[in-house]
Amino acid sequence: MSSNTHSQTERHIVFLVLLVAVTLPLLFPIGWKTEVSGYARMAWQLIDSTPDSSVVVFSFDYDPSTMTELQPMAEAMLYHAFSRNQKVLAMALWPQGVQMADQAYAKVIKSFPDKKYGVDFVNMGYKIAGIVTIQSMGKNMPEVFPTDERGTKYADIPMLKNVKTLKDIAYANSLSSGTPGIKEWVMAAHDAYGTPVTGGTTAVSAPGLLPYVNSQRQLNGLLGGLKAASEYENLIGQIGSATVKMDAQSVAHLLILVFIAIGNVKAFLVRKRSKA
Amino acid sequence: MKKTLLLVMVLWSIVSFSAAKALFSANDVPWDDGKALMLNWSAPADTVNLQKADSLGNWVTIFKGVGKEFQDRDLDPDKTYSYRLLIPRAALGDSIAFKATAQPKEQWFYLNKLSYLLILLAVSLAVLYYVNGARRGKDYFIRRISGLDSMDEAIGRATEKGKPILFVPGISDLDDIQTIASLTILSHLAHKAAEYDTALIVPCRFSMVLSASREIVKEAYLKAGKPDSYREDRIFYLTDDQFGYVAGIDGIMVREQPAANFFLGSFYAESLILAETGFSTGAIQTSGTAQASQLPFFVVSCDYTLIGEELFAASAYLSRDPQQLGSLKGHDFGKLLTILLIIIGVIAEIAGWHGFKAFFEGAQ
Amino acid sequence: MKRNLPLIFAFLTGFLVVISEFIPHRPFSLMISTLQNWFLIISGFAILLGQISLFQANLAKIKQKESGWYFYLAGLISFMIMLLTGLLWGTQEYKGILGHGTHLQSLVGSKPFDYLFDFAYMPLSATMFSLLAFFIASAAYRAFIIRSFESNLLMITAVIVILGRTSFGSMLTSWLPENLRFWHLPNLSDFIMEFPNSAAQRAIMISAALGIIGSSLRIILGIERSYLGGDK
Repeated sequence: MSSNTHSQTERHIVFLVLLVAVTLPLLFPIGWKTEVSGYARMAWQLIDSTPDSSVVVFSFDYDPSTMTELQPMAEAMLYHAFSRNQKVLAMALWPQGVQMADQAYAKVIKSFPDKKYGVDFVNMGYKIAGIVTIQSMGKNMPEVFPTDERGTKYADIPMLKNVKTLKDIAYANSLSSGTPGIKEWVMAAHDAYGTPVTGGTTAVSAPGLLPYVNSQRQLNGLLGGLKAASEYENLIGQIGSATVKMDAQSVAHLLILVFIAIGNVKAFLVRKRSKA
Repeated sequence: MKKTLLLVMVLWSIVSFSAAKALFSANDVPWDDGKALMLNWSAPADTVNLQKADSLGNWVTIFKGVGKEFQDRDLDPDKTYSYRLLIPRAALGDSIAFKATAQPKEQWFYLNKLSYLLILLAVSLAVLYYVNGARRGKDYFIRRISGLDSMDEAIGRATEKGKPILFVPGISDLDDIQTIASLTILSHLAHKAAEYDTALIVPCRFSMVLSASREIVKEAYLKAGKPDSYREDRIFYLTDDQFGYVAGIDGIMVREQPAANFFLGSFYAESLILAETGFSTGAIQTSGTAQASQLPFFVVSCDYTLIGEELFAASAYLSRDPQQLGSLKGHDFGKLLTILLIIIGVIAEIAGWHGFKAFFEGAQ
Repeated sequence: MKRNLPLIFAFLTGFLVVISEFIPHRPFSLMISTLQNWFLIISGFAILLGQISLFQANLAKIKQKESGWYFYLAGLISFMIMLLTGLLWGTQEYKGILGHGTHLQSLVGSKPFDYLFDFAYMPLSATMFSLLAFFIASAAYRAFIIRSFESNLLMITAVIVILGRTSFGSMLTSWLPENLRFWHLPNLSDFIMEFPNSAAQRAIMISAALGIIGSSLRIILGIERSYLGGDK
């Protein structure tokens, strides 16, 4: 029982130290720079090279449980798109993605007060059918989105006047933490209609999607996790929430290494004592 | 003269029509579900305008640009579609139009899935062969799976301590095969728990899983001859929400202090939360999932982990039914086949024989 | 007959679904989506069963005044509040029985259901998810002990990947020349995640897929019957 109490105490100390270590960099940012990876740069290049006034799709395919990783990259990419004067059509294949889109717009629009809803950006809301929605967008977008989230008819939205199918979209950016998500956009938008696709996902899911970043450019770059989000912020010259949080993440990672080292030292001493 | 002129016109029309037919054609895409047509043209022009007639007969542009073919998808196999190809004549300021009509047809086989079918047949036939062998009395060696052998030990420990057993059938619904595999293990576990008179707690995330779990546990208690010991309130619904479910199970573990925890089925991000909380209560833990990304968390925090295939082999292993054990040999054949295909594929790619990879790529 | 009927259903349905995968012609092309829709409909009705179980379990504990009974009461009250706010005033663009509740919206800034969702459910969900960070730390402290050659290898890999995922890691090896870029921690970390890690995960996925085939065949052919409750 006492060894169990002892190990419980150790656990609590670990939790407390981690809490302090994660909180301090959030309050007092260290400002460590993140080196930009090739995948993040590819995504950045796609958005950067897209012409002025192009209509682009941002698909918010995640929910609050993964917004810590995905919301910063959504905001950074949205900022980049707005700075390149692109017109953003937000949509969601996950129900809570709509709120994620609204929150991202609300935050980024503060830096672009001249951007108008309906003219420069729009939120078309949530669509239930996953890959079937994307396939239908390739045929007839007004049919898929009869109105936007506010109830305005598709035909009455100025920025969508010349947008009838996915072929009129410059690129699709899917921020996803599962299914439906990036894979569905690659299969339906890129492979079927040739629409360039880029995206962002959680660090855990990224390795599974990297094979799509290939010579056929099924995916034009991929942001995987908070680190990639901070790389993107670095590329656009912004210090956003990802950069601030990366300090905390970096400190937490280093602390885990320290805990592993302490755990090994402890185990070594116990083995030595038992041998003696 | 008139007859000659008429003959010339007829001949010219035939020639033009034949040329046009060769210039622009619409054909059914073979080996599909009848929802696509392939349009081909060989126009001496840089840009073409391809149009399709809608339900009112109006021409709608579906493709504009450079190319020699276009696949029109999402069609109805019961309808005939008309297409018009417009080739601009810059010098004259107009366009020539060519028309084609076609109806997509549904085929009876997806040829691009042939490789998929062959592998499935090979593995299935192997499974049936070994099951048949077991029926005829052949004895197959199955290696020990310590996670399953320890089940008795775990139940025994719970009985000694007078504490319950916690069984979590995963966070997916009954349409996930991992949940079904988990419930087959629950059947064996519930039978043992009934024999030892140990309390069994089964919190469920979905109502269908709840129904199935209750049936299975009830039958197990009946089979053990202890129908009165079965308590329906111990198998209950918590919530559909992923993290709400995890919070509920953590609460059960901390309050009820089960001596043995079983996490078997489909798990996602909550796997470590469950396993660590269970560890902190001092319970003996057995886990099993086919989710490769969650296995490291279970391996670190649980005493025994069923990795991938072992979860599906569990029922056969526990029942020791010769036929079920025979089917496990079929899995081994499948693995051997996969290894051979990988080796041949790597050699073929290095040697530049891309047909081998292309044959299997068609299944995507 | 009571035992055989479900087995016959399982065989027929399983066989039909398998062959539907290879036959594009109707009705086979519609079979999988139809069955999925049926499942959704059935599970929709089955939700009621879950809610009844929830109430029964919690009410029993409240009635018997078990230790911590007020938490079960809080759970039931929360359930009823969310249910009622959604039913009465709707969510987002959908109206409830009493309309859109514009007066309430002006008081709290959004519909009551949305307000509770954004400020109660979402933070709770994020909190539970964030427990992972603490548990990873305690699991790493306890379990990453060098005992053997394999655990040694695991340790080295873990250190490389952990450092490679941080800003600090890229600073540590940023001085490396171009021809040694492979050994730059973030690149090495990406290599490990992309190749050895993916290879191991795929091997597990392949064996799991074979296990699924075997398990499914046993169920379709009626060899495996414990999911029905009890053996043959």
